[in-house]
Amino acid sequence: MAKTYGMVASFPDTPAFFHAAEKVRDAGFKKWDTYSSFPVHGMPEAQGQARSKVPIFTFCGGITGFTLGTLLVWFMNSYDYPLIVGAQPFFSPVFPFPIMYELTILLSAFGTLGGMFLTNLLPQHYNPLFNNDRFLEVSGDRLVIAIEARDLKYDADSTRAFLEQIGGTDIEEVQV
Amino acid sequence: MATTSQDPSLDPAQAALLARVEPAVLEEQALVTNNRDFNWVTNKICRIVETETPLWWWVCMAVALATAAFTGIGLLWLVSTGVGVWGLANPINWGWAIVNFVFWIGIGHAGTLISAVLCLLKQGWRTSINRAAEAMTIFAVVCAGIFPLFHVGRVWFAWWLFPIPNANGIWPQFRSPLEWDVFAVSTYGTVSVLFWYMGMIPDLGVLRDRAVQRLKAGLYGKGFSMQQAMDVFRKYLYGIFAMGWRNAGNHWRNYEMAYLILAGLSTPLVLSVHTIVSFDFALSVLPGWHTTIFPPYFVAGAIFSGFGMVLTLMLPLRALYGLHDLITQRHIDNMCKICLGTGSIVGYAYIMEFFIAWYGANPYESYAFINRAFGQYWWAYLMMFSCNVFTPQLFWFKKVRENAALVWVMSIFINVGMWFERFVITVTSLANDFLPSSWGYYSPTIVDIMTFFGTFGLFSVLFLLFLKFLPLMPIAEVKFVMPAADPHGAHGDDKGGKH
Repeated sequence: MAKTYGMVASFPDTPAFFHAAEKVRDAGFKKWDTYSSFPVHGMPEAQGQARSKVPIFTFCGGITGFTLGTLLVWFMNSYDYPLIVGAQPFFSPVFPFPIMYELTILLSAFGTLGGMFLTNLLPQHYNPLFNNDRFLEVSGDRLVIAIEARDLKYDADSTRAFLEQIGGTDIEEVQV
Repeated sequence: MATTSQDPSLDPAQAALLARVEPAVLEEQALVTNNRDFNWVTNKICRIVETETPLWWWVCMAVALATAAFTGIGLLWLVSTGVGVWGLANPINWGWAIVNFVFWIGIGHAGTLISAVLCLLKQGWRTSINRAAEAMTIFAVVCAGIFPLFHVGRVWFAWWLFPIPNANGIWPQFRSPLEWDVFAVSTYGTVSVLFWYMGMIPDLGVLRDRAVQRLKAGLYGKGFSMQQAMDVFRKYLYGIFAMGWRNAGNHWRNYEMAYLILAGLSTPLVLSVHTIVSFDFALSVLPGWHTTIFPPYFVAGAIFSGFGMVLTLMLPLRALYGLHDLITQRHIDNMCKICLGTGSIVGYAYIMEFFIAWYGANPYESYAFINRAFGQYWWAYLMMFSCNVFTPQLFWFKKVRENAALVWVMSIFINVGMWFERFVITVTSLANDFLPSSWGYYSPTIVDIMTFFGTFGLFSVLFLLFLKFLPLMPIAEVKFVMPAADPHGAHGDDKGGKH
């Protein structure tokens, strides 16, 4: 038997879409999201979302890179094979600074991209929403709000009425 | 009438006067002209990838492949014979290879500047050109990397540059700026690819969804259809790399944060890369190289040459694909002005070098600079100075900036001039060093010329493949700067049109 994933509703323009999102947030739904082919300015606040956690991953990457750069130069030029060059010290924090700097940026960048994937729970190549024809039109100009059936407040009839009330059109249930 | 906020402590007479002042409404030229809608933008960009490949693409590809073959032949000749087939001879042991390396790396810098620095500065006009400029960055780094890789002589040992354990138990020597360069350039290449890829994820999702829509609609007719087969490929290939992107508000929230951070990381990175490239010269003790002005001078030159290349590439593309509503006169104007600004900085650096050489009262330093301008390589110096200092000054004139054909020709001059700048710096200082008895004159050989000439082909092959298979512009970002994307309406009270 088909199981319901949730309900999608479309909105005519960006302001209507934005204000509808605020109303869904205020109605107390938790498992829902907005879908648009471009980021809408101020949408995280309208959806009641907290600040993104991506910077934590960046920071961890950066610290790792900086430490790695320092240890790399110390180990290679001072510990494992001390190399005498131009009467310079075997190790100093000054001359390897470009290495530390570049590795900090390199691993921060990997941390950021990885953090974006982790916080977005990607890759996730299948999602029931992809089965919905109207959802595919989000890639063009459609603006969609989807409320998931696993939300505690979800009820096929009352949620449909609510989405209609906040200005949604083309309201459809999506099956898993 | 427009309202103005007033200080309550203001004198009533002044307040009355102030209330009568109507602020001027400054019309800003739209970034997407002719009132296009979201679907038009999506279709315009996606159809470049989805429709039949135009004839000019195949012609260009054939020419590019034939040109790229020269690099292949040049490198094969070099590896099978030895570095002696290049024009290097004492005292000039850095010739075209280093010149070409710095030239190509410099070209790349405009891509990162557009995608990172202009993003941090909230310059909305970057959106329609940033994808192609980032692609240019990556392909330029590929071309640049070839030269130092083969310059090491025994290319099969090039991996010794990286901190990988080898049979001799010796590690790289980290006190050398050349080793710093290995890290700077490989980090730059890698981070540019990450940034480019992340920016592309939503657009790959768009291409995937469009392929799925066409497959569901089944418009192909009976029997085997090439278009259908291609759409199946698109569905899976773009689908795999889109990673299941769903355009969700939650996705965008994390994506925008990650994008901003990557822009923030790329900005110090791009500045550090050409700084470290300049260290390759500046940390030596050779007159003409050993100057503290090198890092900012090299970075400005890199941005200058990069924007020259962006104009060289984007102006023909705009005409070929009819992208006039997306790459508007405002975009060209801004790029010309950046060329003017950075070109003037470069000109200032040329003159300042002379001033410091005189002011420093070091006879070797003074000689190096007088010799640079009036010595045996005077023709290269003249070429460099006229192309880099005089050409961009024409961009002061609006008439010049509005003439696309002229701007394109001038962008070529900028490319040529910046190549000569690197030639002048590298070769003149080496050819006439401290001991007149060891002076020499450097000329490239046919192998040098072929190898360099071919890299333009390699660059073009990569760029043409990019045009054919990937979205030329970031669709989501172009939509974001359109008035229809404003959640408060295009002319809302709390927030005007986007910038």
